Amino acid sequence: MKGNEALAEAAIRAGADAYFGYPITPQSEVIEYLMRENPVDRTGMQVLQAESEIAAINMVYGAAGCGKRAMTSSSSPGISLKMEGLSYIAGAELPCLVVNVVRAGPGLGTIQPSQSDYFQAVKGGGHGDYKLIVLAPATVQESVDYVRLGFELAFKYRNPVMILSDGIIGQMMEKVELFEQQPRLDVEFEWATLGKKPDKDSVIVTSLQLQSEEQEKVNLRLQAKYREVEKNEVRYETYGCEDAEYLFAAYGSCARITRKAMEMARARGIKVGLLRPQTLYPFPADAINGLADQVKGILTVEMNAGQMVEDVRLAVNGKVPVKFYGRFGGMIPSPDEILEALEQKIIGG
Amino acid sequence: MTEEIIIAGFGGQGVLSMGQIICYSGVMQGKEVSWMPSYGPEMRGGTANCTAIISDEQISSPVLTQFDTAIVLNQPSMDKFEDAVKPGGLLIYEENGMTRKPKRTDINICSIAAYDESVKMNNTKVFNMIVIGGLLEVKPIIELKNVIKGLEKVLPERYHHLIPLNEEAIHKGMKIIHKEHTLN
Repeated sequence: MKGNEALAEAAIRAGADAYFGYPITPQSEVIEYLMRENPVDRTGMQVLQAESEIAAINMVYGAAGCGKRAMTSSSSPGISLKMEGLSYIAGAELPCLVVNVVRAGPGLGTIQPSQSDYFQAVKGGGHGDYKLIVLAPATVQESVDYVRLGFELAFKYRNPVMILSDGIIGQMMEKVELFEQQPRLDVEFEWATLGKKPDKDSVIVTSLQLQSEEQEKVNLRLQAKYREVEKNEVRYETYGCEDAEYLFAAYGSCARITRKAMEMARARGIKVGLLRPQTLYPFPADAINGLADQVKGILTVEMNAGQMVEDVRLAVNGKVPVKFYGRFGGMIPSPDEILEALEQKIIGG
Repeated sequence: MTEEIIIAGFGGQGVLSMGQIICYSGVMQGKEVSWMPSYGPEMRGGTANCTAIISDEQISSPVLTQFDTAIVLNQPSMDKFEDAVKPGGLLIYEENGMTRKPKRTDINICSIAAYDESVKMNNTKVFNMIVIGGLLEVKPIIELKNVIKGLEKVLPERYHHLIPLNEEAIHKGMKIIHKEHTLN
């Protein structure tokens, strides 16, 4: 199945209550598939094309406030428009799933794949001291699995979750195993606004606290939650790290291209491994720090001008050199280029 | 076994669906597959291409710069991908509309007059199936029966009556492909 279509089908099967979206290349197949599939007959899931990206994220905010499994998807320029809404949802501590099928920027940029939204996804994007849980699929299979996982984490922590995909994973086709249909939620959460009950206080969903003392309490609560997320939810994969003298760090589609470079390097006798973060927040800093005791140098490979490399450097904390290789603007690095960069910047450097 | 294929031509020649059929057929044969289209500005007019990978092992990069096989269906695609064939690899080109022959001497080269053949069959839509037939003749990476199963999967049921026609086109392609340069 095509990455975007598989993700859309996964949304239905994960028991989502609602999808609100607006078309943009390279993620339009998500909303196209959902519109064609019309899941309201299958599961009762509502699908709506909103009048804009901003409207879509605010519809998600509303549905999430009622304790529903709601999601939206877009690509980079559209995600920028959603940032205000995302900050509000994070501030109001509501669960939702947002998918960014990243294209190159800044501005309208181009429709080709990129990873240039790493900072936006991981470091904030919207205003205020908040975090998204960020999942980075590298295969169509992971795009599917992370929809279910994303909803689980969103509700476990009452926090927005982002799937940070890109044009390659969205547009490519490969084999995929779909999970069984999950039931839609049948829970009345106490934090959800479902109408005031006579014997209970009214529930107010808000991200507004005019008293600084109250706002600080919210911030402290959020930070405590983020520490929990960091403790429990780090996910990553390593390849060929057992005997590695050098290390690649890469995520998403770029990790697959880098893995090809790793295979080519090993065929030439270069002992190089690959660490692929599956969660970008929380970041697998401890794992990278541990590997830094073993390897002589780390090359971070990204389809941007160097964003995750900052987190890799923080994790390594100066133990070994951390260098960067990237292509951007929708250009995709080739395995040969990556191998050459390893040889020049790390082995020869 | 890993076979990395680039298929390139004009939009409308069935380039993307050829890749899909090869991949679905690969799935039917129990292989790992990956299909990556060009979906950029080129898709909005002009040349289109897709990368199809079939392998016994998990596929790492879906995006490649070097290929075991290149199938080029117009001159711009030949210009772009002739040099991207690995030494010892295979280049198949459609004769119609080419202004020059391939220059490489370190690869296997085949030509196929698929367009002319499709005109003879009174159905230019089967053009791409003729090309697939040609590929299967010189590089039988997938069994024909699995290609038919793949077609059943790709085509909506209302088009299933066209499968025999497609099968005929594959056989035609197997017959007419011409080996121009074969390495020892």
